[in-house]
Amino acid sequence: MTGSPARQALEDGLVIAWRNLKRVPRIPELALFAILQSIMFVLLFAFVFGGAIPLPGGASYREYLMPGIFAQTIVFATATTAIGMTDDLSKGILDRFRSLPMARSAVLSGRTLSDVVYNAGILIVLMLTGLAVGWRVHTSVPEFFAGVGLLLLFAFVMAWIGVWLGLTLRTVEVTQQVSFTVLFPLTFLSNVFVPTQSLPWWLKPVAEWNPVSALTAATRHLWGNPNPFAVSGLPAEHPIELTLIWVVVLLAIFAPLGVWRYRSMSR
Amino acid sequence: MNAIVAEGLVKIYRSRKSEVRALDGLDLTVAEGTVVGLLGPNGAGKTTTVRILATLLRPDSGHAAVAGLDVVRQAQQIRRLIGLSGQYAAVDENLTGRENLWLFGRLYQLPSAQARRRAEDLLEQFELADAADRVVKTYSGGMRRRLDLASALTGRPRILFLDEPTTGLDPRGRLGMWDVIRGLVREGVTLLLTTQYLEEADALANTIAVVDHGRIIARGTSDELKAQVGGERIEVVVHARDDITRAVGVLTDGMDGDHTIDEHMRKITVPARGGAQRLAHVVRELDDAQIAIDDIALRRPTLDDVFLTLTGHAAEVGAAAGASK
Repeated sequence: MTGSPARQALEDGLVIAWRNLKRVPRIPELALFAILQSIMFVLLFAFVFGGAIPLPGGASYREYLMPGIFAQTIVFATATTAIGMTDDLSKGILDRFRSLPMARSAVLSGRTLSDVVYNAGILIVLMLTGLAVGWRVHTSVPEFFAGVGLLLLFAFVMAWIGVWLGLTLRTVEVTQQVSFTVLFPLTFLSNVFVPTQSLPWWLKPVAEWNPVSALTAATRHLWGNPNPFAVSGLPAEHPIELTLIWVVVLLAIFAPLGVWRYRSMSR
Repeated sequence: MNAIVAEGLVKIYRSRKSEVRALDGLDLTVAEGTVVGLLGPNGAGKTTTVRILATLLRPDSGHAAVAGLDVVRQAQQIRRLIGLSGQYAAVDENLTGRENLWLFGRLYQLPSAQARRRAEDLLEQFELADAADRVVKTYSGGMRRRLDLASALTGRPRILFLDEPTTGLDPRGRLGMWDVIRGLVREGVTLLLTTQYLEEADALANTIAVVDHGRIIARGTSDELKAQVGGERIEVVVHARDDITRAVGVLTDGMDGDHTIDEHMRKITVPARGGAQRLAHVVRELDDAQIAIDDIALRRPTLDDVFLTLTGHAAEVGAAAGASK
């Protein structure tokens, strides 16, 4: 009846991902407000704050902004993952799953997989919004997809952080609070909205080494969007490599933490 | 052959501030093909017992085996053989009934087409076919419980755990659920069911195990337990206080005088050996003696009576509700 363990893990993970994605159109408000929130940030920064944020060399702020918005959206989606996890936990769905003869990894792999797909969907809408306000990709098609690939890889990592947060915090309300308390500084202490030149000297390196900055700089670099740096060094010179390092490091920390939390539910 | 054996189960929930001893050396056996009802108030340890047996929770000490397999070391093999439904194992309210059953069928490792057929059969069997393609959010409480039970059956389990299967249902929903459960038992499933209602354990279980403070304090058929409690009683409220003495004479006629009198409420309680027949007899006798009555009832022993008799304290329903997890 069953194939190899690896095949079972894959199939069960896909079934769980199917279930998570099936829920998206059933609660349309969730995806809708995730998109509206990002669009609101685009509009606020493109039309309200953008004029007051000078870029070195007078480059287009909107072209600078959009890669930042993509990264921000992916980081904020961590809260969606975390809340989805606490929701399953508090409603007893996780208990049902744990009583079934399914692959133990599937709940987490399915969740992180479906959240990458969910993020991809939201990215498409935001890219269209970006095109409407004047953002363009100035490089080649492979470089465009390399940038998208980096964003989705980062989304996968953030989903693991969300899994860990959700299983640790255990109630939807607390998860909501904590997520944004963590995610807001993570995105604002970066190059997402404001070039790091304007920051005090001691904040510059923090902002430039921030994984969200690395991701934003990498996509700006890949797409030929304005990419100013205040400090020279690894973040400025090798944003793609730095992003990949962050991906590996964060995954190495948070995937085991998430798995450990899931396993310790039986304690 | 025993389908379920638990020996000396201990489970302690620790938090920063307190320690709750949910199970305190619980022993339990369930023979294959039988129905055992775990009866007890909230916080007695019923749910914890089920969670340990269904491999959701590890005991702090003691052993348990389901179908001869160890619940800690052979959990994954056990999961192929069991079904769990109740308070804490839910269905997805944002999927339809059909999608839920397909999902759980797939995770029971049925191939997709087979999972689809199984879902179809279960929807039919549980009278959910009309609502199959509606999102579960729109289901009534009874429908949701039926779907929950159907979900537990997608893998055709040999051993079924039902944790308070009718809590929160209206009387009609409860009776419907009982019928469904009886049907499953006829098919030969071994069933461990928890409940707060003696009546429910009585209706469904061959054997009842009474749980209090994490231990089994009594075990037997419902008749045996009721006999310990003293069986059914007749309660009479006479209209005039002056009639009490005469009424007691009528009520205890030919019986030993095991009666209680509440002067203030004008209420007399006597054992009703012979049940309804005895009640009819008493009504006629009271009428013949021209004693006016305000109320008369045949009272069946409740969980409270069982507890009062077995433990000397009332079932603290709700008092320890927070600890029932």
